[in-house]
Amino acid sequence: MSAVEVTVDEAKCCGAGQCVLIAPEVFDQRDEDGIVVLLAAQPAEQWHPAVREAASVCPAAAIRLTGGS
Amino acid sequence: MAANQQDEPLRYPLPSPGPLTPPAEWPELRQKCPVAPVTLPSGDRATLLTRYADVRLALSDPRLSREGLARPDAARITASESGSVFDSPMARALNAEGHERWRRMVGRWFTAKRMRALIPKIEATADRLVDDMVAHGQPADLVPWLAFPLPVFVICDMLGVPERDRDDFKRWSDAFLSISKYPTDEVRSAQTRFAEYMSGLIEEKRRDPQDDLISELLAATDAEGRPMSDLALAATGQALLLAGHETTAGFITSMTATLLADRTRWERLLNDPSLIRSAVEEVLRHEPHGGFGMLRYVHEDTEVPSGAMLPGGTTVVCSMAAANRDADAFEDAEDMDLGRSPNAHLTFGVGPHSCLGQPLARTEMQTVLGVLLRRLPTLEHAVDPAGLRRLEGQLTTPLVELPVRW
Repeated sequence: MSAVEVTVDEAKCCGAGQCVLIAPEVFDQRDEDGIVVLLAAQPAEQWHPAVREAASVCPAAAIRLTGGS
Repeated sequence: MAANQQDEPLRYPLPSPGPLTPPAEWPELRQKCPVAPVTLPSGDRATLLTRYADVRLALSDPRLSREGLARPDAARITASESGSVFDSPMARALNAEGHERWRRMVGRWFTAKRMRALIPKIEATADRLVDDMVAHGQPADLVPWLAFPLPVFVICDMLGVPERDRDDFKRWSDAFLSISKYPTDEVRSAQTRFAEYMSGLIEEKRRDPQDDLISELLAATDAEGRPMSDLALAATGQALLLAGHETTAGFITSMTATLLADRTRWERLLNDPSLIRSAVEEVLRHEPHGGFGMLRYVHEDTEVPSGAMLPGGTTVVCSMAAANRDADAFEDAEDMDLGRSPNAHLTFGVGPHSCLGQPLARTEMQTVLGVLLRRLPTLEHAVDPAGLRRLEGQLTTPLVELPVRW
């Protein structure tokens, strides 16, 4: 049991939308320009694998995770 | 020009031993010479990067840029005055617009939400195309029946470009992507006619706006309330039309050819269609040709992770396809694992210039694959896949044809 804190860097985000496809419970995109919107900074444990995948495939390296195992 | 091969750097692009086989030089380059001098078709010297970490850095580090490729000391891909797609008038118009601003104005069209909304239409189109192919009978060439018309339909629909004009922009696109296939004046004339065509279309949309990307961009403004220039609008239309059909058509063909080349792959997907998403990513990673790669100009001395220094003024060629098979980044990198996760391949690039249309390409590939598995589970190669041919002399090297049975 471990908390994971998610932060996103809007300035880096390139709007590829991978995070939204992989973890729609945690990430969304602004309608006007496709930039990432963080829905849950401390997502429930069941979403941790998806959040980790989203962070590792983000083409802009705009998702950072702290804590967790 | 002719020189002793031992003294000469590698000629780039590297030859491929077969249609579904990567260049034989990749493993040795990655291991022994990850920062390799190469000669481009123009005769200019450049530096080829083949390791994952190096390519990743070169594509995303601000000390290297794409805009720098317009500098007089940057290496040219071709010797022609018209230049390549990277230093064409289209590229210059887009660069002038300010990349981040441009990206945000167009990015709204490529959100995950928009992509999800497109799926029913993409699926219905793929089904209709498969109907036509089946009615035609087997064997059939998957390229003209499905792989090419599907992305053309999708991008034309999105942009508001009449599909009937597709033969024209197919020809212009091919000339645009030419390295050596077309004579210079033909490339230049294709670029001009493509730009004129797009300007004409923009005028039409201005008079009679429709529910499409070009009409909306005409009315749109950036965060400061400024609209996009007409030149940039035309360039945007061209870039999206070009990128929206050519590479996706190639990837749909290559994906199908690769999955069918080893029957166990196809069977695994038939048994478990939930693997479609990861299978598409793995096909993208494993792509044996992957085209020319992406160029960057080095503005100041930059050390890459493999230890070499890239001197300022260097032009680098990033081979994303070679980097995608780097064993330091992927376990069993040469093997195709349809369930591989995570799969941070570099096929769409990384960083601020990574492919804008990547969500669309993914959505199209996933949807087509789903339709093929559902409609034609017995699909197979109609010829020995080792005998398939790739298009030569272009930045992208799609399979020319893909004869199939079912």
